[in-house]
Amino acid sequence: MRSDPADYELVAPDNLQAVVSLLAEDPGAWLPIAGGTDLMVLYAAGRLPGRKLVSIWNLPELRRIEVAAEEIQIGAGCTYSELREHDVISREFPLLARAAGWTGAIANQNRGTLGGNIVNASPAADSLPALLVYEAELILVSVRGERRVPCLNFHTAYKKTKLAADELIQAICLPRRFSGYYSYTRKVGARNAQAISKVCVAALARCRAGVIEDVRIAAGSVAPVPLRLLVTERIVRGKVIQPGLLRSARKAAAEEIAPIDDIRSTAKYRAAVAGNLVAEFLEELSLAGSPHE
Amino acid sequence: MNPPPGKSLKRDITFVVNGKERKVEAYPMERLLDVLRHQLTLTGTKEGCGEGECGSCSVLMNGVLVNSCLVPVLQARDATIVTIEGLTKGQRLHALQEEFLVCGGAQCGICTPGMILAACHLLKKKANPTPDDVREALAGNLCRCTGYAQIVEAVLVASRRGSET
Amino acid sequence: MNSHPIIGAPVPRKEGRDKVTGRAQYIDDMVLPGMLHGATVRSHVPRGKIRKITFGPGIAWDEFVIVTAKDIPGKNYIALILNDQPCLAEESVNHAEEPILLLAHPNRHILAKAVAAVAIEYDPLPPIFTIEESETRREIIWGTDNVFKSYLVEKGEVQGIWERADYIVEEEYFTRAQEQLYIENNGVIAVFHQEQGITVWGSLQCPYYVHKALMALCGLPAEKVRVVQMETGGAFGGKEEYPSMIAGHAALLAIKSGRPVKIIYDRMEDMVATTKRHPSRTRHRTAVSKDGKILGGEIDFTIDGGAYCTLSPVVLSRGTIHAGGPYYWPNIRIRAKAVATNAPPHGAFRGFGAPQSLFAMERHMDRIAQLVGLSPDEIRRRNFLRPGQTTTTEQVVRDPIDLGKLLDRALELSDYHAKKQRFARENTGARVPAHAGGKKRGMGIAAFLHGAGFTGSGERMLSSVVGVEGCADGTLRVLVSSAEFGQGTKTILCQIAAQALGLRYEDVSMAQPDTMDVPNSGPTVASRTAMIVGKLVQSAALGIRQTLIASGRLSDSYSPEEFRAACRGHVAEHGPFRSLARYEEPSGVFWDDQKYRGEAYATFAWAVYVAELTVDLTTYSVSVDDFVALQEVGKVLHPVLAAGQIIGGVAQAIGFALYEKVIWQDGRMLNGQMTNYIMPTSADLPAIRVFFEELGNVHGAFGAKGIGELPMDGPGPAIVNAVEDALGIRFDSIPLLPEDIFKAVTAQQELEPAGVPG
Repeated sequence: MRSDPADYELVAPDNLQAVVSLLAEDPGAWLPIAGGTDLMVLYAAGRLPGRKLVSIWNLPELRRIEVAAEEIQIGAGCTYSELREHDVISREFPLLARAAGWTGAIANQNRGTLGGNIVNASPAADSLPALLVYEAELILVSVRGERRVPCLNFHTAYKKTKLAADELIQAICLPRRFSGYYSYTRKVGARNAQAISKVCVAALARCRAGVIEDVRIAAGSVAPVPLRLLVTERIVRGKVIQPGLLRSARKAAAEEIAPIDDIRSTAKYRAAVAGNLVAEFLEELSLAGSPHE
Repeated sequence: MNPPPGKSLKRDITFVVNGKERKVEAYPMERLLDVLRHQLTLTGTKEGCGEGECGSCSVLMNGVLVNSCLVPVLQARDATIVTIEGLTKGQRLHALQEEFLVCGGAQCGICTPGMILAACHLLKKKANPTPDDVREALAGNLCRCTGYAQIVEAVLVASRRGSET
Repeated sequence: MNSHPIIGAPVPRKEGRDKVTGRAQYIDDMVLPGMLHGATVRSHVPRGKIRKITFGPGIAWDEFVIVTAKDIPGKNYIALILNDQPCLAEESVNHAEEPILLLAHPNRHILAKAVAAVAIEYDPLPPIFTIEESETRREIIWGTDNVFKSYLVEKGEVQGIWERADYIVEEEYFTRAQEQLYIENNGVIAVFHQEQGITVWGSLQCPYYVHKALMALCGLPAEKVRVVQMETGGAFGGKEEYPSMIAGHAALLAIKSGRPVKIIYDRMEDMVATTKRHPSRTRHRTAVSKDGKILGGEIDFTIDGGAYCTLSPVVLSRGTIHAGGPYYWPNIRIRAKAVATNAPPHGAFRGFGAPQSLFAMERHMDRIAQLVGLSPDEIRRRNFLRPGQTTTTEQVVRDPIDLGKLLDRALELSDYHAKKQRFARENTGARVPAHAGGKKRGMGIAAFLHGAGFTGSGERMLSSVVGVEGCADGTLRVLVSSAEFGQGTKTILCQIAAQALGLRYEDVSMAQPDTMDVPNSGPTVASRTAMIVGKLVQSAALGIRQTLIASGRLSDSYSPEEFRAACRGHVAEHGPFRSLARYEEPSGVFWDDQKYRGEAYATFAWAVYVAELTVDLTTYSVSVDDFVALQEVGKVLHPVLAAGQIIGGVAQAIGFALYEKVIWQDGRMLNGQMTNYIMPTSADLPAIRVFFEELGNVHGAFGAKGIGELPMDGPGPAIVNAVEDALGIRFDSIPLLPEDIFKAVTAQQELEPAGVPG
């Protein structure tokens, strides 16, 4: 343990208003901590970037999951376990439920939160590819009120987001219109559990008579930010799935992504596997045939 | 470049540990693991990695398995905590503890407390797990000695013993 | 006499209850009043002269105990074989993370800040990091030629084989470093009193190694050094020699401060600063006849020992002796050497050289099979050692072992032939999906042997002593320095004593290894505990019976109750009494240390392992689907413990083969965290099916052979053989990661453009 607890302040207001007021008092001074599965690791390694923390663990305003007709609002403080166990999420947003199930292992799923995953802004964040293809929107809250932003382009650069210094993510909104879509997701890590992703792809598509009517593809760990493969989507949208299309999609994906060599893997491996996953998705899509209910 | 030291004061934190209400005076950012081991001298919970990977520090917090090395003690305020010491009722071992002994689930024993609590957590959610269920539930508890097989067997046998868990 | 057999029965682990209830006391669970925490300031450079040490601002240095090499009362080395490893670096450092000075303070958090505040400036020297660089001798970093040790084994006449050969098979094989990754980090507590001397409690395998090292370091006589082993959370060799270093550090701080000092490493320090498995390079050049018989060959076996000699000569020895595998070599020359590099010294790790040289041998057998046009099983069958033949060191095989039958059984248990044929059809015939992923499956074999006990004259030199003590309550205590760290030492030694005397298992316990209390039964290494120490326990136990019979308290035939009563009576009159037994080398055992020839080990255990796996060509990763581990082990003393040792060892070896890569940067491990050094989880391993055969062993207690390290030897080559079977691509280095498979598959596809995926 390479940090001294005596050097750190941690406060735990019991409501969201008190938290956002504190953040506004001194923007950037207080680091919000939810389940701690990212920040406490940095803390133990002596690398926490601040000395004042405000706990947002267990704030009731952040733990609600509200199911409305058109969308579901997931409180940013919901844990991965809560996502996995939620009926609507597992039925209508299986990519998110699966991502929650391969983040860390059970103990970390019981503490890690969806908001924390988004704000930690790792390009390897497990939930992001799913959130991107589901076209999630984020409700951000501060003393100035709420604003709603798309998850797309919320991550602006490596480990940077559009979150203002005094803002928190309050909820993640997912539109309930993907039930008819074929869904695909696969995470490639160094082992089957407790692994940071080397490559991750999530995809949704709706087909009719072998033609891709609509498609969304996103990838993690292949760029400084989690990435929607918009160019690749454009290439395959409206097309018939056949070997030539797989080649074009693979080529487009290879050009859209920008993987690196790092401690976990190599750029070439990541690029090849990302291409394989995109191609595997299209292949499965063609075998699946008509729309799924 | 390190940020300058903050000013921290110790707080009184109460919680329930193994059925007993306990009060500690601790810095809010002390790890729950350290408070359990040092202040409450419940040394059954172990530190293997300090990064939430090995699961040796697993405890049940409000009925749910967590890595206590990643929990600031302030967040455990008013929680109900169960450590390995809380599983034995007097002289009587929990079914999981017995089956770990019979099946060879414990070799060096350092991962064992966390492993048993993880298994306990599983059996509370799924009374009749499949071998794959067990392997998934224990995937966050690393064991270097056993190769897991005899641990999985112990959990399955304990699950078949039913209501005692 | 107790009629129920205890040997071979799944009796409860002696310390099991404490382990499952969390009551077992590991070193970090122990606290002493007035205790300080200790920490080590280590080198940031892999090689250089220490120019200046600055104690930085912001720390109240007067609150600290500071120890440098100048404070060492005795000799500044960690006594082992050559005594070349400093306890604390004085003028220069030879590896990153080399200990330079020690700090102690009551608050471990403030201590950590202090460690970070010590600034050390170096005049760097050019470091070397590979075997090849070491061999060029452009930089001499150790001795006169960078060579810690070398061996030459010669049998028969190697010169003439090449002309007679129908095939000459040449290849080079590599194994990389592996971290033991016991889940409990290294830790010790030391206390010093002027009168009693130094006492150290620790997580360790060999209390007497630490004892010897502390005597030299602290300049104390034997009776003023006491070492006690605490419950130890995994070791695997990583706590064989390393604890002498950490114990030495704590002792120095305790001596200087006059207070107890605890040093516990965190995971990162333990991973980057302590020992790892020796990386190896093996070159084979083999002459083979057209019917696949080995005529002879040359093996060049080199291991990277890191910056100091430590145990490299012994690792090299075992690797050398196992290099020829379980095969008959009519002629052979083995040249082996251990070389120095500027890495933290490599050390003992389960298998101890044999996994390295056997990886090469078993990959090479598959290579020979390919060139000769025989199947992997047939090439082995034609070359297996038979009873009466001699090994590479000219040891006669006396076991009535039939390796061909062992192989047959393993192949049957794994359904090898049927699966191999089916996979061959499916791999080529199956429609390769347009995403050109798909899966290919393969089967791989490894056949091997593992010698138990110390090599050659080693056991004679150890001259182990074991005691059994009669206690006041009529029970017996086994007195050994052999440590329990999960492998079942306490359980099996108590089983042995109880069975030998016809007592109940409950009547025997094992004393905590405390050098003040127990004799030196040798280190807990080399798979010698069941076999060699167990046999001595048997003898010592019988000595207790002799004493009681001779005293008239016990007749020749007795019940366990009568025995206990006799013991109680004897103790009441004479006090606790002991029977000691000392190792005696079996007669007719001959080992020549100069020529490296003769009876290398009292006995070998034999094994054939079969791996079945799938290579996923979408992700290039391997999953092992089934694993058969069949071994002949003399006698299974405890079925649950024995199976546990094999399964655990196979799991660790699967890690060695497919997951565990040490990433080096400037001679320092870069991935010193569990998140980035990957060992298998429960979700990664297949069913590992374990089978035993028992041929007995006159040299071991109740016929047992050592089994702790054996399972480390087979999985690496079996897996890489299976990957080659699946893909038709040769890999000759482990660990074999998906990135490596990807690189090779892509290279292969570039040569066959028609196969390029969509």
